[in-house]
Amino acid sequence: MINKIGPVLAVLAVIIGLWYLACMPMNIRLALDTAERQGAVITPEGRVNRQEHSAIGLVIKNPQHVAGIWSQKKPRLPAPHQVVAELWRTTMEVKPTSKRSLVLHGWVTLSATGLGFIIGSLSGVLLAIGIVHNRAMDMSVMPWAIASQTIPILAIAPMIIVVLASVGLQGLIPKALISAYLSFFPVVVGMVKGLRSPSHMDLDLMQTWSATRSQIFWKLRMPASAPYLFASLKIGVASSLVGTIVAELPAGGGQGLGARLLSGSYYGQTVQIWAALFATAILAAALVALIGGIEKGVLKRMGLAG
Amino acid sequence: MIEVIAAFLAWAGIWVLNTRLANGPASNTRAVQLLVPVLFGVTILVVWELVVRGLNVPMVILPAPTSIAATIGESVPTLWNDFVQTFVKGALSGFAIGVAAAFVVAIFVDRSEFLSRGLVPVANFLAALPIVGTAPILVMWYGYDWQSKAAVVVAMVFFPMLVNISAGLQETTPMQRDQMKTWAASYWQAFWKLRLPAAMPFLFNGLKICSTLALIGAIVAEFFGSPLSGMGFRISVSVGRLSLDMVWAEIFVAALAGSLFYGVIALVEQWVTFWHPSQRKGR
Repeated sequence: MINKIGPVLAVLAVIIGLWYLACMPMNIRLALDTAERQGAVITPEGRVNRQEHSAIGLVIKNPQHVAGIWSQKKPRLPAPHQVVAELWRTTMEVKPTSKRSLVLHGWVTLSATGLGFIIGSLSGVLLAIGIVHNRAMDMSVMPWAIASQTIPILAIAPMIIVVLASVGLQGLIPKALISAYLSFFPVVVGMVKGLRSPSHMDLDLMQTWSATRSQIFWKLRMPASAPYLFASLKIGVASSLVGTIVAELPAGGGQGLGARLLSGSYYGQTVQIWAALFATAILAAALVALIGGIEKGVLKRMGLAG
Repeated sequence: MIEVIAAFLAWAGIWVLNTRLANGPASNTRAVQLLVPVLFGVTILVVWELVVRGLNVPMVILPAPTSIAATIGESVPTLWNDFVQTFVKGALSGFAIGVAAAFVVAIFVDRSEFLSRGLVPVANFLAALPIVGTAPILVMWYGYDWQSKAAVVVAMVFFPMLVNISAGLQETTPMQRDQMKTWAASYWQAFWKLRLPAAMPFLFNGLKICSTLALIGAIVAEFFGSPLSGMGFRISVSVGRLSLDMVWAEIFVAALAGSLFYGVIALVEQWVTFWHPSQRKGR
């Protein structure tokens, strides 16, 4: 256990250390400007003169002002503890119903993602079943399903939002549709692979038992596809979340983690952006871990887990 | 109303034809395997056109394919400008930098046991996160021009590439590595002659995944601020003006660019990894 976690912790510690160090050159100009306005003496005097100096040089020349770098209000790069404090404040100390609560925004994003993911993966599985059983469907739809993965579908997300809003659909449903669309194709492709994974020998065996098509489907194809299904569900849920977040961008003042990112970028609230970013990361990790947990349980009961 | 019925008939007609073709005697020839999906695509276009005309769907909801094609024809210079700004300047440069950086880091990971146990799990975790979210931050740091888009693309491409390349470099069997040792090959000789060629299928798999990510990153980053050209910029402006034919024209260009990019990578892959079982012709 120590052998496994030790290196990961060390790498994480190095990343956090580098982050704190990176804050110094990133934030030094703002820190010096504020200090000078309050009457401190800075070595190259005046904001304009400092423009020509490199940020690292400024840090070396003014070591006494470095301390304030990690606690600015609108830093270019907030320090890790500032982000954690903002996360704590907006999740634990603010009421969950308040507009500034990340719990509220996270819930809005999560519900759209969840609904979209369920719609997308269910219809993906259905289409995959159709493709496996109907040769015409296979030949006509499958190349498009594969080709569509090379197309930046995400780019049309804002358009779908605006179009659906002009028809009168707003809020949860349009976002869910986009996230459904994004989880749809990975599930189709993975599920088709999974349903086709039984070997000829297995299929022949079912034939010798004179199994019907539906019996073959339920007793052979469906169980055999489980590992493939879960692998593509994990990809699907991650892209569902990305879809929801991008879909929330055009709804600038609205709710959701994507809207929070955009409003943070409008008002230069960097700490807010980073907190929203970490919230999406935590959400994504939790969703993938949830699917992974279900996968482990299901495969174990099926006797497939290694 | 006649158009809607015609749409239905066209759908049914081509579907019957496709079923015949797919189940017919010639279904395994290359021509039919190409023809069937093309016919399916044509059906969708025809049905789309007829339904939009038949039901008088307003332009702001769904423009007909013909009017999209007309817009594409009229605004080739604009589309080309946007393409250069977003794809060539933003996506391609970011893609190149990201892949090169991932390659260098992957070599470090390959050389150090500690890094491969520490960094690879972290990279695996980060590769699953919605990295597009860094777009507002990077736009704030690198300004509105293509540099910030390239930076977003680098951030999106780096981790999947790192995971794929370092998995690929582990792909050789102990026997093959021992063979290299018995020939007294240095690390770099073994790297160039054994491990890198063995990693190529993984590398190209990563490149294919990242080709789409690069385009998505470059377009989405433009939603957070851009100069007065670029595909993402044009999409968000046209959506604001409700001129959806322009939006669809940009989507068409994005789809074309995405598939071509992917196609070029697949072609190079065929040429480089001709020895891999997945590239064998004929079954």
